[in-house]
Amino acid sequence: MTQPNTLTIAQARDALRKGELTAVELTEACLKAIDAADALNAFVHKTPELALERARAADARLAAGAAPSMCGIPVGIKDLFCTEGVASQAASHILNGFRPEYESTVSAQLRDAGAVMLGKLNMDEFAMGSSNETSTYGDAVNPWKVDDRRLTPGGSSGGSAAAVAADLCLGATGTDTGGSIRQPAAFTGTVGIKPTYGRCSRWGIVAFASSLDQAGPMTRTVRDAAIMLEAMCGHDPMDSTSADLPVPDFEAALGAGVKGRKIGIPREYRMEGMPSEIEKLWADGADMLRDAGAEIVDISLPHTKYALPTYYVIAPAEASSNLARYDGVRYGHRAKLAQGDGITEMYEKTRAEGFGPEVQRRVMIGTYVLSAGFYDAYYNRARKVRTLIKRDFDTVFADGVDAILTPATPSAAFGLGEMVDADPVQMYLNDVFTVTVNLAGLPGIAVPAGLDRQGLPLGLQLIGRPWDEAGLLNTAQVLEEAAGFVSKPAKWW
Amino acid sequence: MLDLSFESPKPKVIAGATGDWELVIGMEIHAQVASRAKLFSGASTQFGAEPNSNVSFVDAAMPGMLPVVNEFCIEQAVRTGLGLKAQINLVSAFDRKNYFYPDLPQGYQISQLYHPLVGEGEVIVDMGAGVGRRVRIERIHVEQDAGKSIHDMDPTMSFVDLNRTGVALMEIVSRPDIRGPEEAAAYVTKLRQILRYLGTCDGNMQNGNLRADVNVSVCRPGDYERYQETQDFGHLGTRCEIKNMNSMRFIQAAIEYEARRQIAILEDGGAVVQETRLFDPDKGETRSMRSKEEAHDYRYFPCPDLLPLEIEQDWVDGIAASLPELPDAKKARFMGDFGLTDYDASVLTADVANAAYFEAVAAEAGDGKLAANWVINELFGRLKKEGHDITDSPVSAGQLAGIIKLIRAGDISGKIAKDLFEIVYTEGGDPAAIVEDRGMKQVTDTGAIEQAVDEIIAANPAQVEKAKANPKLAGWFVGQVMKATGGKANPKAVNEIVTARLGL
Repeated sequence: MTQPNTLTIAQARDALRKGELTAVELTEACLKAIDAADALNAFVHKTPELALERARAADARLAAGAAPSMCGIPVGIKDLFCTEGVASQAASHILNGFRPEYESTVSAQLRDAGAVMLGKLNMDEFAMGSSNETSTYGDAVNPWKVDDRRLTPGGSSGGSAAAVAADLCLGATGTDTGGSIRQPAAFTGTVGIKPTYGRCSRWGIVAFASSLDQAGPMTRTVRDAAIMLEAMCGHDPMDSTSADLPVPDFEAALGAGVKGRKIGIPREYRMEGMPSEIEKLWADGADMLRDAGAEIVDISLPHTKYALPTYYVIAPAEASSNLARYDGVRYGHRAKLAQGDGITEMYEKTRAEGFGPEVQRRVMIGTYVLSAGFYDAYYNRARKVRTLIKRDFDTVFADGVDAILTPATPSAAFGLGEMVDADPVQMYLNDVFTVTVNLAGLPGIAVPAGLDRQGLPLGLQLIGRPWDEAGLLNTAQVLEEAAGFVSKPAKWW
Repeated sequence: MLDLSFESPKPKVIAGATGDWELVIGMEIHAQVASRAKLFSGASTQFGAEPNSNVSFVDAAMPGMLPVVNEFCIEQAVRTGLGLKAQINLVSAFDRKNYFYPDLPQGYQISQLYHPLVGEGEVIVDMGAGVGRRVRIERIHVEQDAGKSIHDMDPTMSFVDLNRTGVALMEIVSRPDIRGPEEAAAYVTKLRQILRYLGTCDGNMQNGNLRADVNVSVCRPGDYERYQETQDFGHLGTRCEIKNMNSMRFIQAAIEYEARRQIAILEDGGAVVQETRLFDPDKGETRSMRSKEEAHDYRYFPCPDLLPLEIEQDWVDGIAASLPELPDAKKARFMGDFGLTDYDASVLTADVANAAYFEAVAAEAGDGKLAANWVINELFGRLKKEGHDITDSPVSAGQLAGIIKLIRAGDISGKIAKDLFEIVYTEGGDPAAIVEDRGMKQVTDTGAIEQAVDEIIAANPAQVEKAKANPKLAGWFVGQVMKATGGKANPKAVNEIVTARLGL
């Protein structure tokens, strides 16, 4: 039999239900794989005892029958999610030793559906980064490799992507503020969906930029994403921005095909200097959907070029305020103070020691754009542009477009450390195809669609109408099947 | 129709070395919303609890926590707005005011800068019979209170109590329409009265549930009128804001001091610096808050955790329909229905519980004026003497009405009624039964009174002569008869019989 940890969620679910496999066996296989994968630095807090306890409970539930799809499925949880009694640090030194007394709504829903948490996953500090290099735990490493070059799994959900790609777990939670699910998914040959803003509760997830943050699943197949998303989302009265809408049966919506569906190709996403491989991948993706019966149309999203600067005003602005609570007063790291130091010194030293350089940079940018005299020029203007970006999408959808196809990233995974000396804006360019989706609050999914000439995975992104995750997943599965992406990283760790 | 017309009072004038000065005052009142739970969390708002016992994960700003607005607090603020005849904004929004302080766990206060819940309204401040100041309300917004920092418990450490963190406040902002220290105190008094009528704030200033920031400036006579005509603040002086006062006395003293301080600066040829000041009650002066404390850039921006607050007109209408009668209307009705004086009506309506008590007495006793006299002169006097208030009065409205009914029926005299009141106050019991049991009923049997009068006339021939010469001395006979009957004789009957018998 195949290694249980390499199964998809759907396969494992069926095997569990048939009694061909137990949740304990499956969990043990994952725990073994995790222990053998320290070189990837994906799991930063392992919870084997808790996992086995939950696996045993899942087996009892499965034996009783009528268990939910996620029952007994081992998953990893991004460190940004607060998990009761388990370290939850947002990969930051400032939350050193923090163990919440509460469980985030999303991870609680997974737990209640019977999913087995294996531990916490690496990420960029406070989800700020595109390479998982800003983590207090050190870099997560992509299981995909070219020669001896260690590659980034992307960020900020780098640990989640690496863990899923390396078969350490069957699925993982991610969060996406500007592309943090989709870019790592694309870099690791996995599937990642950022649902519509408001689909998943943000309660208990450490906030980065509240108006942009959304949780979503990272899995090996589109079907798995559908199954896991359904368990994660739904209305939560504890989150005022969570939508009070019914959750559709996403898995049941798969297989409907794309005949007659209109897929838009936005001309503004054809960037200057785009690698020909990416351009070809995109064209191939359009051909695949056309061959499957979709109508491919050229569309315009005229304000696209303003998306990145808009994002890098709004996200840091919100972050600068959201991160004010990490002050050393109540929990987490507090700096040692010198004789005569007062509260101001405590704040300054604690935050200087506790936050890494990228977080400090964004807090400073955010503080600057909100400050008196600059508010209108930056923050208010960014809000207005955000409205225009959203309107671009509204117009296209009103014209009958069902989904939009774009590349997921401007390149394949790059080498860890290779961007260290680059201008931070170079790193921010990783988000160029993904941030618009967050600014407009839309659902977006990254699907592996091919390999570049070095043999590294490349992904395509599909953007859907608000609340149409079901349609989006259906289209994504058509693309997934047509692309026939089956490659796995060669195990080197 | 209620007659609520009034004249405006004269502004306070301070004579300076270079001429007269007038005061211009605007106030921001922070009123704690009467609600059992906080504005954005389910934690209790109970005063005086163990430090840090009323603190939820949201209040402590634990990672990943989110605010959810407490609908009841919004309802209370809307009710307050309606009570101040103010515009209710069906769409408002919450903003974050960012600053660092240990008693502000989030690092920001959630408030409403750009789109407040309540817009323009007004308060009529009573300044004596027929005299009132119309103070315009600019806005009321809803916001979170901060916690409490305690710096004086330990030489090296500070302590933080988060019980108050996140409690809902209404910030009620007035226009600069207040013209003197007494008016300022009267404004707070009136606002407090209305809030207590509405049940939206308990008005307890000692506990800090009602605090005032006062903006004071001075100008020359005529400048204010020019401001009124143009609404151009350029006609007014530079203002200073005196923060966080929780006593009427301090408010008046602070304004008085601050006005004189500003006048002294101006008359010396100096300029008033716009700044925030604190009142020191021990020294009776205001002093500048260190610039470091106020050099805040609050970086306000819309709170991304909360959607804009949208309320329905129907909901607002429902609240409007449930508003209680407010002080001005109640006072006018007391004057109209019961024939009370302006003063008595003001006293009785000052507090909603007093007014309710009075109305219950008046309704049962059937005589509003008599009820007012007894409530104000006998009951209030006695309660005050013993440190009680109406809520713990030993004499119920029913008992006091019982006493008044006995007077009206002629069963007891006014003097006996006072004795009876004393008995009811100290011992309790049904007034009618007490009168019966203790033989306090006054004698109206004319035969018995005639007999007593005849006996006294017969025994005092010299007095009879004097009285015949000077009819004013007939009172002596009345007194003697009352004495002889133990005060129980009906004084009116005695008077008539004495007059007749003496042939006056």
